[in-house]
Amino acid sequence: MGYQKYDLAPLTHSIDQFLYSHLSSTWAFLAEMTLIGVVFLIFYAVIGLYLVLAERKVCAFMQNRIGPNRVGWFGVIQTIADLFKLLLKELITIRKADKLLFNIAPFIVIIASFLGIAAIPFAMGLHAIDFNIGIFYIMAVSSVGVVGILIAGWSSNNKYSLIGAMRSGAQIVSYELSVGLSLLVIVIYSGTLQLSTLVESQADAWWIIKGHIPAILAFFVFVTAGTAETNRGPFDLAEAESELTAGFHTEYSGIKFAFFFLAEYMNMFLVASVAATVFLGGWMPLHIPGMEGFNNAMDFIPPIVWYFGKTAFVIFLMMWIKWTFPRLRIDQLLNLEWKYLLPINLVNIVVVALIVLMGWYIK
Amino acid sequence: MTAYKIMFYLFAAMIIVFSILTVTSRRILRAAVFLLFVLISTAGLYFWLDYQFMAGVQLALYAGGIVVLIIFSILLTSHIDQKFSQPHWSKRIMAATAALSGMALCLLLFLQHTFIVGTNPPIKNDMTNIGTQLLSTEHNGFALPFEVISILLLAAMIAAIIIAKKGK
Repeated sequence: MGYQKYDLAPLTHSIDQFLYSHLSSTWAFLAEMTLIGVVFLIFYAVIGLYLVLAERKVCAFMQNRIGPNRVGWFGVIQTIADLFKLLLKELITIRKADKLLFNIAPFIVIIASFLGIAAIPFAMGLHAIDFNIGIFYIMAVSSVGVVGILIAGWSSNNKYSLIGAMRSGAQIVSYELSVGLSLLVIVIYSGTLQLSTLVESQADAWWIIKGHIPAILAFFVFVTAGTAETNRGPFDLAEAESELTAGFHTEYSGIKFAFFFLAEYMNMFLVASVAATVFLGGWMPLHIPGMEGFNNAMDFIPPIVWYFGKTAFVIFLMMWIKWTFPRLRIDQLLNLEWKYLLPINLVNIVVVALIVLMGWYIK
Repeated sequence: MTAYKIMFYLFAAMIIVFSILTVTSRRILRAAVFLLFVLISTAGLYFWLDYQFMAGVQLALYAGGIVVLIIFSILLTSHIDQKFSQPHWSKRIMAATAALSGMALCLLLFLQHTFIVGTNPPIKNDMTNIGTQLLSTEHNGFALPFEVISILLLAAMIAAIIIAKKGK
């Protein structure tokens, strides 16, 4: 197949062999773990910082402003300057708070999103852990993040924080259903949970095209529910600044606040990556069945460009939603999930099962 | 000592330490968070055994589901200043004796038991296998238990709705 032009597996295998030939197996294993951890940490920080910048630029564009443009060329190092500001700020300790839980909470949130990123296939052969349960693993580890938000709200000993945490808990627990069920649609189509085989099953065309109506429906449900899962507007009642000052992270300052902030953006990146991988083909180039010349031309664009392009598209979609719609009330939010998205999803799954049985999709 | 063994002892130590902290902590939310760490370490042990599906279920169901429900109900009912009072010394001694004798009994049984090291290759437990087994009606199929559990779940959900709608 043409898409195997830029296979990165030989590169990663040669690094692996180099480590194992020069070190004993225990040390090589540890070295590999550290290497991958450091690479992901740098990736996490860089992507997080630039997503914040992208958000501010997109927001400015939507509101007919210029956005950050003073620090660096077109404001490209604005968020790095902001990071240093946050690092230098005082970490305020609250006398009446439960200090242990108060300090643990940001780490739980950030570790949950960090674990999810590790299973994303970035390009062919550039995949840290390829679990057999790929999508399920990402959903499972990211569901732990809500615990961090809940204990952050409770341990602050502040009623705004507590209300924010309660809202966010109710929201995340209910929208998790829609996220899972909408992904299940593509799992039924492809018959696999493993992310690498899922991407390779889209070599002829992406699932959103092959799966036609149910897949498009599932994509919209997933983006809506994913936006709610990450506590972003119009579902950001957990930190509704007009009512709750800043919701669950009201009492946090300095780098601990930055952790929550970064985790929110990385969760958005995670949702966008999963949407891109499951519905839009991940790193797979755009292939149209029957058009050989076009497909061959598309194969010359490296997979990593495809992956980041698609993820950026979904991220832009989510930012567009955030800066367009007004914030929902808590009852509207729960109605949307339980009375609209969930029934749509359940019907959709039955329809997909029928379509797959009858073979009414593009093969 | 290979990295594999070190990881096992690490997870085991985490499970033991956090289990003890869960039952000895006098602040209820702290106990719930320590319980979360116990469950996550158990999931780690499943990952260590290469049984990823079980680890995923452990994380999604226990860590992401049940602990969230426990914490949610604590948030609704208890205040941050609330602290359990120190139990009476006779109660503490009784509880410690009960726990230690239980542990002694388990240890005795474990040490007496001779574990047989299997030579058969491990069963491939990928998702496709689990899925087909779960819904197969043939030998080793789990279709009947699966359906029975779904009826139980349906009954529980209807009961919950009836309780919630009471008086309306």
